[in-house]
Amino acid sequence: MSIHPRTQTLARRQSPLSDTFYQLKVLNGYAVTDAKVPPFSETIRRAGYVDGILRPTRIEIFQVNVGKLCNQTCAHCHVDAGPDRKQENMTKETFDLCLAVLQRYDIPTVDITGGAPEMNPHFRWFVEQCRALGKHVMDRCNLTIITSHERYRDLPQFFAKHHVEVISSLPHYSARRTDGQRGEGVFEASIEALRMLNDVGYGHPDSQLKINLVYNPTGAFLPGNQEALEREFKTQLQRKYGIVFNRLYAITNMPISRFLEYLLESNQYESYMQTLLNAFNPAAVAGVMCRNTLSVSWDGYLYDCDFNQMLDLKVNASCVHIRDFDLSALEQRAIVLNQHCYGCTAGAGSSCGGQVV
Amino acid sequence: MAMAEKHYFDPEDLKKFGQIGEWQKPMADKFFAWYGEVFKEGALTEREKALIALAVAHTVQCPYCIDAYTTTCLEKGADEEQMMEAVHVAAAIRAGSSLVFATQMMNHAKRITM
Ligand code: SF4
Ligand code: SF4
Repeated sequence: MSIHPRTQTLARRQSPLSDTFYQLKVLNGYAVTDAKVPPFSETIRRAGYVDGILRPTRIEIFQVNVGKLCNQTCAHCHVDAGPDRKQENMTKETFDLCLAVLQRYDIPTVDITGGAPEMNPHFRWFVEQCRALGKHVMDRCNLTIITSHERYRDLPQFFAKHHVEVISSLPHYSARRTDGQRGEGVFEASIEALRMLNDVGYGHPDSQLKINLVYNPTGAFLPGNQEALEREFKTQLQRKYGIVFNRLYAITNMPISRFLEYLLESNQYESYMQTLLNAFNPAAVAGVMCRNTLSVSWDGYLYDCDFNQMLDLKVNASCVHIRDFDLSALEQRAIVLNQHCYGCTAGAGSSCGGQVV
Repeated sequence: MAMAEKHYFDPEDLKKFGQIGEWQKPMADKFFAWYGEVFKEGALTEREKALIALAVAHTVQCPYCIDAYTTTCLEKGADEEQMMEAVHVAAAIRAGSSLVFATQMMNHAKRITM
């Protein structure tokens, strides 16, 4: 089953938006559009955060973005990942630096993302090392990688053997909605991969093997209620395909990278930012993921979250690279905020684990 | 001449809906509170209610409601197939409610003809 992408990476098309500084200019109303929403830090200041500063609680999740290489080229991808991104992938040396940090500090969870992280040649070895250190390992798997090539078809067994929690995007239980965003053929391949995961024990209510799905809107609108969507997905996937899964995480699309391009090209940028602003929920600020997560890029730099990583906004701390990792300095830092942060605080909030309130 | 003066419907006017309270606040407040209550999940899910609203919007042919409930249906997780089926339900009831009166036509015709 082959996949036909809807688009190519911004990098390949040499789009001006492949420049992160240019994206930040757009978000602040200095390029393409002069539309301005109030500064995010000002908005949280009014919500009671002194000086508009947000600080981490404790680093519990070590999120590693192992590279931008992916078998898919989804229209909304905030990583600008794709099959052509062969250069930006974590080396063995950088993985070793990550493991040294994980060994030294009591950070319980390792969250592996990409791209399609399984395409990194060191992926399986890294998972094994993290498990040997007693870490809980999560893999953000796009599903279709499993069926894309013979060499990946045993991933479900590998995940099961190492008790990896699998987190997978499935924007809709309808093929049209899913393929419209992720590429023609993605839905069918995803269903096949979900079956394979179910077959090795993932997603069954009494099983220790967890597969959680990620729902994100397939357009310029906000996600609905997470529990209601989960119930609907469970009913429909069971009824139509006999598929089971554990939780559904509803995530808001961030106005960066390829989704930002979509918003600008479809003339919806201003109304989308307004929608995010109108839905600003002060209660969601406390739960944003940058408060308990640290994000590491393929080349070892440290960020508050995967979105800041994609905008090249490094941590505001004395150490910005994994080789200089200093937990106490990082736990005292002020989180770097910008206008895309409105994506995390709209409605019930949004994080890598779904709704936050 | 301003946009709104040339056209009966301007999408921007939907954003002013809340302003109806400026001329009659207690009634508007009651309406909006009730409206909010109606669309909360109850015996029906929010998605089911949004699909009903979309169908009704087509029946009353309100462009504001069609735009608004198209977005709401998508937000609540409905897809194109469900939305189109909802509109067909509205259309079928409209068509059926015309056609069912054909029985009256038939009754009357039979009465007055040999
Ligand atoms: S959204 Fe995920 S699967 Fe799609 S291109 Fe980006 S990294 Fe790949
Ligand atoms: S975008 Fe990143 S830094 Fe901003 S609120 Fe969300 S998680 Fe935090």
